[in-house]
Parts: sequence; structure tokens; C-alpha cells
Amino acid sequence: MNGPVILDRRRVLAGGGALIVSFSLPDAFAQQQAQAPAPKPPGSLAKAPYLDSWIRIDADGAITVFTGKAEIGQGVKTAIQQIAAEELDVPFASLKLVTADTGRTANEGYTSGSNSMKESGTAIQNAAAQVRELLIAEAARRLNVEAENLKTDNGAVVAADGQRLGYGDLVAGDILHVQAQAKSKLKDPATYKVMGQALPRLDIPAKVTGGAAYIQDMRLPGMVHARVVRPPSYGAELIECDISAVEKLPGVVKVIRNGNFLAVVAAREFQAIKAMRALSAAAKWREKPGLPKQDDLLGVLTSLPSQDSTIFEHSDPSATGQITIEATYTRPYQCHGSIGPSCAIAQLVDDAMTVWTHTQGVYPDRAGIAEMLRMPEDGVRLIHVEGSGCYGHNGADDAAADAALIARELRGVPVRVQWMREQEHGWEPFGPAMVTRLKASLDASGMITAWNFEVFSNTHSMRPGGAGSMLAAQHMANPIAVPAPKPIPLPEGGGDRNAIPIYKFPNAHVVHHFIPAMPVRVSAMRALGAYHNVFSIESFMDELAKLAGADPVEFRLKHLDDPRGRDVIEKAAQSFGWQKGHKAPSDRGFGFAFARYKNLAAYCAIASEVEVNRETGRPRLLRAVAAVDSGQVVNPDGLINQIEGAIVQSMSWTLYEAVTFDDTRITSIDWQTYPILRFDAVPEKIEVHVINRPGLPFLGSGETGQGPAAASIANAIANATGKRLRDLPLTRKRIKDAIDA
Amino acid sequence: MMSLKVNGHDHQIDADGDTPLLYVLREELKLNAAKFGCGLGQCGACTVMVDGKAVLSCVTPLLLLEGRQVTTLEGLGSLDAPAPIQRAFMEEQAAQCGYCIAGMMMRAQALLQRTPKPTDEQIRAELQPNLCRCGTHMRILRAVHRAARLMDSAALPSTTQGSAR
Repeated sequence: MNGPVILDRRRVLAGGGALIVSFSLPDAFAQQQAQAPAPKPPGSLAKAPYLDSWIRIDADGAITVFTGKAEIGQGVKTAIQQIAAEELDVPFASLKLVTADTGRTANEGYTSGSNSMKESGTAIQNAAAQVRELLIAEAARRLNVEAENLKTDNGAVVAADGQRLGYGDLVAGDILHVQAQAKSKLKDPATYKVMGQALPRLDIPAKVTGGAAYIQDMRLPGMVHARVVRPPSYGAELIECDISAVEKLPGVVKVIRNGNFLAVVAAREFQAIKAMRALSAAAKWREKPGLPKQDDLLGVLTSLPSQDSTIFEHSDPSATGQITIEATYTRPYQCHGSIGPSCAIAQLVDDAMTVWTHTQGVYPDRAGIAEMLRMPEDGVRLIHVEGSGCYGHNGADDAAADAALIARELRGVPVRVQWMREQEHGWEPFGPAMVTRLKASLDASGMITAWNFEVFSNTHSMRPGGAGSMLAAQHMANPIAVPAPKPIPLPEGGGDRNAIPIYKFPNAHVVHHFIPAMPVRVSAMRALGAYHNVFSIESFMDELAKLAGADPVEFRLKHLDDPRGRDVIEKAAQSFGWQKGHKAPSDRGFGFAFARYKNLAAYCAIASEVEVNRETGRPRLLRAVAAVDSGQVVNPDGLINQIEGAIVQSMSWTLYEAVTFDDTRITSIDWQTYPILRFDAVPEKIEVHVINRPGLPFLGSGETGQGPAAASIANAIANATGKRLRDLPLTRKRIKDAIDA
Repeated sequence: MMSLKVNGHDHQIDADGDTPLLYVLREELKLNAAKFGCGLGQCGACTVMVDGKAVLSCVTPLLLLEGRQVTTLEGLGSLDAPAPIQRAFMEEQAAQCGYCIAGMMMRAQALLQRTPKPTDEQIRAELQPNLCRCGTHMRILRAVHRAARLMDSAALPSTTQGSAR
């Protein structure tokens, strides 16, 4: 009963439009008959309101939970299962969880933006609570007792006299095939038994014992291996390619040339790699230079045509400053750099294409693949299988499209494609380069009176939906054009994410310069524009604090009303041992930074201590202390793991990382040419303090640490050296040059 | 045909001698733990042990392995009977995506077999060739320290488990 049949039936019902079953509960959250539109149920329930889209209970009592979100290394499966177990009142281990699959789960868009807990977690929490209430109501009816005299325990409804009715016995008929109500009778957080516990992650045992844990580990019967030969540069055209010699290589099943799309399929994987190399050598391309000057991104981004909008304006003419400073900050293009290159498996059976993929969005990616193949969407099924860590829009969707385009040529045969390292580094959509210009004034008392912030950026999402976002569709004959880029609207924002200050300034003016032209392939990377905007704002806050002769923590608190923001700042400062006017030991510096992700999600403050070698300029983060408020905590260790990872990853972005290119080609194509942190640079200690907010909405945590970590480290380097660095990455050479200047 | 000893078992392998060990392990022997990360020996995701030493299987051709003992993560223990290092990584929850972790564990295992009580500096130096992108480093370090303690408190043979099997 868990197959796609149910979904089809649901579609039929929804298409019929008439069947809306409302159920009545004792304390009447029955829908009102008023003319005003009924309030929507929370989270993703608003988009997929049927309870049995989320939770199925079989007659034997087996319970399956369905989420449209995907495990991408962030631990979401475990957290969602905890939520479901808690509100259903069943043992955690008794549940089965199904994740993103166009054949089985609701359309929850992308697993991105730190939104999985807010959207899917909230939906499943409410669906589970409403399912529990339905089961209680059904038991009350059968036992002919009042519902309030019943409780749930361990998968059964229990009466005062001890009679138990198992959930499986109560689900006869379609009682869960009803639309969710706007409000649910959620448990009192004080009674939580599963939520709030640091349960071990479900996926870790297989990962540390060699179990099949990733799409890279999937082996289907009769599966063949494909490799793609990508063009050497953006826009290169294939002018000549003699494939006859490659076709004769051992194990080669097929060579595919479709416009500028070149691929080879072989029986075994290393045969495919050898054939790929031969094919690559045989291909002649016409390249055209079109890349901007890598060493002048400031000039490039501020001179490209832009669509400008004032996204925040506040004015109070009575507040005037005495001293004004300005600063410009830049960020280069940066790589997601998953350790495992992208991979997908596709199989065309009859007229149905199935693609196993580590995409973040099975539904939008399905739309893209269907458009590329000119197939109806319901002829394409995408099933998420976990891949290597995902930090935004990497090569996953492209690999899925590659596999589908190749599998179309080999009916019935499962085709596995894995990218090579240089393909992932060279072709993934990078985190966009950005420029910010800041200007602010202080009054005599050291308060900020005016704040001007301008951000120059490309879009931060070129995710599919349309096929034109996928390389295979761009490279094939009769290619599909890359769709016009669009800014991601506020309040979430893209390039302008976190561009609006959370601090209270009497005068503030924030402008977003959206740059449509994308000379380098870009898309979403963890935290989007918030990484650079928070780096800029929080660096500049320190510059202003220094000018005001104020302590950085005290200076932030003086400009911040938000009580939850103040709490994380105070918690991080106190746990770090931050003291006003304290001085770090010689060659060391202390730094502090804070943000609320998207100004609407989790709060995070980070204090850090950095050591700088004055001879070489080499910086090292010694310790970081973070405080985070992500609302109601579901799995505290999962949350801590996310913040620890954010600090370490952001440190690597901030100190080392920049995509390099000449006028034609991307030249950072492996870990030698795109170095990231290694163990010698790992801090001595990272502490994460969680502020739990029982019963408050889930705020997510995947991206909240990126910006504060960057600024905290930058501020500590400035504190250690007395020199302010404003261009990312804060490399050893830049620090050394600043010290020597 | 070439004979290859993996996790204590002899296998006859029908592959060209230039085939990197990684593909033989993953494709011929259907072992999942060693991962393709770069194929260039730059990231360590493919790390296994050969005669007790950490080796990058993506750049080690099959023809160099005649008569050698190859150990993969699967050879250390299993879900039902995890080796100390596997227990340690579970207990420390030392993974995010986990793609790099098998390689980390094999390099750490090789260190612990050679140096049962390593200092923090020794562990960091040993793991230098291995990359983690999720930023799980703090937990990996804790897990290796924990594994050292678990191995120390376990029966003596477990410290040579990797190459003995």
C-alpha cells in the first residue's frame, strides 16, 4: 500500500476536486464555514494536505512516514523520524521513513535553505498529531467512551480500564485519507520522550561498516558504466571527433555523440574511464574566450549591467553622525567541492524513465529531465538516493540529466554515470562572486546613526525546473537555452540574503544590484548571499566598534533589540570568556560575529581565537565557541554537528578558497589547484551551545553558521594583526602583505 | 587472471593489471567502503590497507598487489560485530555525509596498529592526506582517540585485527 498507486489515486481524487473529507474532533477544530478562506495547515501540509501523503498505517500496525525532503548528510532523516515518533506516540525504531521520490512522496520542492525542519518537520509533526487524534476518535467511537478518557501509548490507544486498540486495528478504511486541519493538538514539549534527545543518526552505522549507503554504491542487475566527455570550456563547440577507434576499445558498449554532448558507455567502470580518455583525446573543440578577469572581480561585478532595487529604507533626520567610514568587501567564486563526484543511474523501461539521483529536488529535476527528453512528466520518476555531502546546487542534477540522456539510447539497461574529479570542479555551478560596499556614520556617543549597504551579485539559484539549467540539455543537438536568471525574492533573498541589517539604525539604506549576466556558471551554495553579506556586515560592525572605542560584543548589543539575538550573543560571549577590553596573547586575536539566518531563521553567534604567524602570515583558528537558537530542538547532537561543520567549512572557504580561471577555462580543477583545509589547520576546540526554545517553531540549522564563522575569524585576524582584510579568501599571502604594508 | 587477497580471502580477478585497486574492490568484489573521490591520490576517500599500511587504492594498480594482503573497512568488522574503530565512530557520531569516513577510518586504523597510543599531533599528521568537506574533523579526531582507548581495553589481538584477517 506504499507504492505509487496511492499517489495516483490521490491525484485522481484531487483532480475530481469534490472529495474533501473533514473530520470532527471532540474539541472542534472543525473547519469554519465562514466566507473567509480557511487558514492553511502549517509547513508543507499547506501544499500536500492529505494526511496519508505523510503517514500510512498498515493493518499490521506498521507505520511508514513520507517526507519530500532528502538526506544530504545533514541528519534530516533521523530528526524527522524523531518528530513522527514523538507525535504518534510510537517507538522511534518502529517507524519506516521514505524520502524524496516523485513516485511516493509529496512535492516539497528542494531540500535547501535550512527549510527542511520548518517545512517537512512541521508538516509531519502536525500530520502525526492529527493522525493520533483520528485514531483516538476512532477508538472512542468503537469503545463508546469519551475521547478525553483515552490516551496513546506505544502504538496503541489505551482506555482507562486498560483496554488497548492497536493503531493497525483502528485504520480500517481510508480514515487517514483526509485533509489536514489548520491546527493540531500538539504534545506539550514538557512531555517529550523522543524529540530533544540526542539519538544516534540512522544512517551512520552503514556508513562506518561498508554498507550500501550512497548512490555510488548502488548496483542494479545488468548495469553499465558511462562517462561523459565535457567540453574544455563554457560554450565550446565540438568540431571533430572520430569515434571509431573508441568504439573498438575493450568493453565499450556505445559511444554517444549528440551535438556537443559526448559520452561513452562500457561494461565495466575502469573500461569506461579509459574509453573516456581516448574519446577526450579524439575530440576537437572550438573554444571562445569569455571569462572575466579573475584578479579584478571588484571591477567586473561593479561594471556589469545590473537591475538595482532599494530593498530597505529607514530614515530619521534627527539622528546625525559626526564621523563616516566606508569599506568594500569582495568574495570570489567558490566551489561546493563534495568529496564524491556527482553520480546518477537511469533506466528506460518501455516508456518509463527512472532516475536515481542525489538531487536536492526530485520534482523540479523531473520537470527538467522530462523537458529535455521531450517526455511527459508522469513518464519520468526520480528517486533520491543519498550522495556525498551536498552544500547546494552541485553537479547532482547535471549527472541525473547525463544519465537520462544516455539511458535513452540503451533501452532497458541501467546506466550509471559518475563524474570525474576535474568535471565536478570544472563544471559544477559555483557559489557566485560578490561585492559589498558599506558606509556608516557614528555620533559622539558611539552609536551608528546611518548605514548604507550595497550588494552586487548574480542570482543564487539556477536550479533546474527547466531543462535549460542542465548541462546535458545545453550541450545536446537542438539545445535548450539557459533560462533567464531571476533574483530570489525577499524575505529569503538570494544575493541580498541577510543584506538588511538586523541591528536598529536610525537611518538605513540597502540596495541590491542584481547582475543578470553570468560569465561563470553559478547557482546556490550553502547560505547563498548570506555568507558574504554577514561577513561584510559583521566585519564592518567591528570596524565601527573600533572607531567608537567600544567592545565588539557590547557594541552589537547596543544596536540590537531582538531578545533571542541578544541571548545567543551573550551566551557565546560568556562561554568564550569574552571580557570587555581583554587582550589576546601575542600574535593572537579574538573575534566575534552574529547573525540571524535570513533574518527569519536560526540565530547564531560565534566567538573565535585565531593565531597568526607574523613571519609567514599563516592564520590558524585555535578555538571557536558558538551559541545557536534554532527554536524547538529535535536532535541536539545533530544540531551541534551542523554548527561544528559550518564553522570548519566556512573557515576553509574564508581562509583558502577561490575558483581560478583564465580568459577561457576554469583552471581550479582538483584539490591541488583548489586547496581546502586539511587536518593541520583544524582548530584545537569547537564548542557549540544550544539554546532550546520548547514549543517554538523549528528554524533549521544547515546554513546559519556560515556567515558568522567567516566574520568571527576575519575579526580575530584583524584583532591579531591590527590590519583589516576585506577580500575573501583571507589567504596567508594577503595577511602577510597586510602585516608588511 | 590475477590472484588478490582481500580481507583474508583469495580472489581470482579478471582485470587488466593497470586497473586501480579501487575499481576491483568496488566492482569485482562489490565492496562499498573504499570510495572514488578524485582518482588522483589527493583526497583519501579510497584509502585501504595493504600489508597494514594505508594506501590510496585509486592510484594503486592491481599488478602491484600480487601476494599482498589488502584490508578494507569491511574486513575490520561488521554492523553486527563492529571493530573498535567502527564502534568509536558510531559512538562519537563522527560523520555528516560520511563519504570520506571509510578512508579516514582505514588511515587511522593503520596508525593505531603501528602506534596504539597516538598523540593528538600524531593523529592530525597521519590524517593530513584525507579531506573532509562537511567539517566533521573535530569528531573524527575524537573518534580516533576513542578507538585507541577501545583497542587498548579490548583483547590484545584486536590491535592486529586489520592485517590478520
